[in-house]
Amino acid sequence: MNTLDYVILLGTMLGIAAYAVWSTRGHHDLNRYLKGAGGTGWLTIGLSVMATQASAITFLSTPGQGYESGLGFVQNYFGAPLALIIVAAVFLPIYRRLKVYTAYEYLGHRFDPKTRLLGAGLFLLQRGLGAGITIYAPAIVLSTVMGWRLDATIVCSGLLVVIYTVAGGCDAVSLTQKYQIGVIFAGMVAAFFVLLARLPAGLTFSDALTLAGGFHKLEAVDFSLNMDRRYTFWSGTLGGMFLALSYFGTDQSQVQRYLSGASVRESRLGLMFNAVFKIPMQFFILLLGVLIFVFYQFERPPVYFNKAAWGAQAARATDGRLRALDAQFTEAHAGERAQLEAWLKARHAGDGAGEAAARAASVAAHARVEAVRTETRAALDAASPGTKANDADYVFITFILDHLPHGLIGLLVTAFFGAALSSKAGELNALGSTTTVDVYRHLVRRDASDAHYVVASKCFTAFWGLVAIGFALFANLAENLIQAVNILGSIFYGVVLGLFLVAFFLKRIGGTAVFWSALAAQALVFVLYFNLSISYLWYNVIGCAACMAFSVVLQAGISLRGGPQPRPA
Amino acid sequence: MTPPREDEDTGLPWPRSWGGVYALVMLVFIAWVGLLAGLTGMFP
Repeated sequence: MNTLDYVILLGTMLGIAAYAVWSTRGHHDLNRYLKGAGGTGWLTIGLSVMATQASAITFLSTPGQGYESGLGFVQNYFGAPLALIIVAAVFLPIYRRLKVYTAYEYLGHRFDPKTRLLGAGLFLLQRGLGAGITIYAPAIVLSTVMGWRLDATIVCSGLLVVIYTVAGGCDAVSLTQKYQIGVIFAGMVAAFFVLLARLPAGLTFSDALTLAGGFHKLEAVDFSLNMDRRYTFWSGTLGGMFLALSYFGTDQSQVQRYLSGASVRESRLGLMFNAVFKIPMQFFILLLGVLIFVFYQFERPPVYFNKAAWGAQAARATDGRLRALDAQFTEAHAGERAQLEAWLKARHAGDGAGEAAARAASVAAHARVEAVRTETRAALDAASPGTKANDADYVFITFILDHLPHGLIGLLVTAFFGAALSSKAGELNALGSTTTVDVYRHLVRRDASDAHYVVASKCFTAFWGLVAIGFALFANLAENLIQAVNILGSIFYGVVLGLFLVAFFLKRIGGTAVFWSALAAQALVFVLYFNLSISYLWYNVIGCAACMAFSVVLQAGISLRGGPQPRPA
Repeated sequence: MTPPREDEDTGLPWPRSWGGVYALVMLVFIAWVGLLAGLTGMFP
């Protein structure tokens, strides 16, 4: 990073935050602070929904997924369009009709106060924990890029988002998200075209796809019914639909975004914008990772992408094993490159038999390269007992720093930072709103003034910001950050969705039955999570189905004993 | 549970009903899955 990069980074981030604080000054009305001015158009809603979901993890970690595992991860998002249609058609009109601030208020209307508190509590628990993970990801980027201390990076980036979210509320969040997502798209598209330009001379886009396909990086859709596979069409469509339905329909960080719409029409169109563009966006980011993989078949990559961690261990080790592995990697990579050039030569000459033989030799040579990388990770694990070496999250940032021009580096780092802040702001805004409306106003202080609740909401937002910063300071690098967030969500989301689906569709079930059923279903999900090895997406289905089934059985039992009957919806 | 009548019109030149919008989104989804499956098969 040079001066130009720092000017772009600091100027853009501080400028957007300052503009948001300035343009939302003087909002003391609770409705405006929590739901915005109420005149938000569909494009702003669509971009805001997208920015809330697409955190820095999405843009930092997903290209690493593409690099390591190819396009298969895109299947995770197959359920999103179906879920968004259900949210737009069923959930949204009900929330708008009841004029609720939070999704959990609806549970109070439909069931009883304890079920409302359970829904809000599950949201606060899982989103509060997740908030720490989403602030940790950009801190890794910035600490690597700038050589800052990780804890100082977490605190500085966390405090910036806390300040403008507390100051401006919902309007400030939507406003900043609109500009931040613009910076993100500009950065990612620019990186894509520079990457294409940096591919070796004579290597066409078609050649790049052929090479990627040869290493199984373009297997985007897997129709197999194997439950053990993490990403298949079925787990992505069915499990992903339940995850997305719970996320977009019941997670306050999203509900708050589309409830700020000027009308049902604006909110619906904003949701449909995401239904159409979510899959292509994820595909594009994964494809970027796949093309970086192809690029690094011709340009020697670091043996371990987290160069700072590798360098520290290599300097500390006395046996020279890491240095020897690095030399082996150089040799293996040169061998693979020679095989790939033979493959391309045969392909361009139309020599089918030669192409097949060179492809097989390239795959074998690549296996040797991967064996050295695996051995390097094992050596790093042995050098730091208790940690698990994983460098997938460093692939994209390494490419950016080593191969993109200055100015563009600043733009990309700004994009990561903007993505982190935009999703973090949505989360903090929702955590503050839920704590104020569903806990404080509901349990502690019922009849205070609007100004009092605005102050309370600001205090709770700041509190959750500090909790997130605290979690981030103590987080360890999970296997892959984006998976860690999704796994955490899947453990809780299914049961929360079950609560809402019972509320919407099973009119004869009352609060007591659904409350105890949700607790039992959550316990079941925990037990299964620690005892089964199935794709985490299935826990969304299991949690939701268990909550609904238990509710039906328990309500039947309560009715037979002559217990309390449900209130009319 | 029925949304107000003003919300039944999409305000778009086409499709005019929300059912039509949802059907269009589903078609786009099916097209994406088809294209991705085609990409998977084209570069085995």
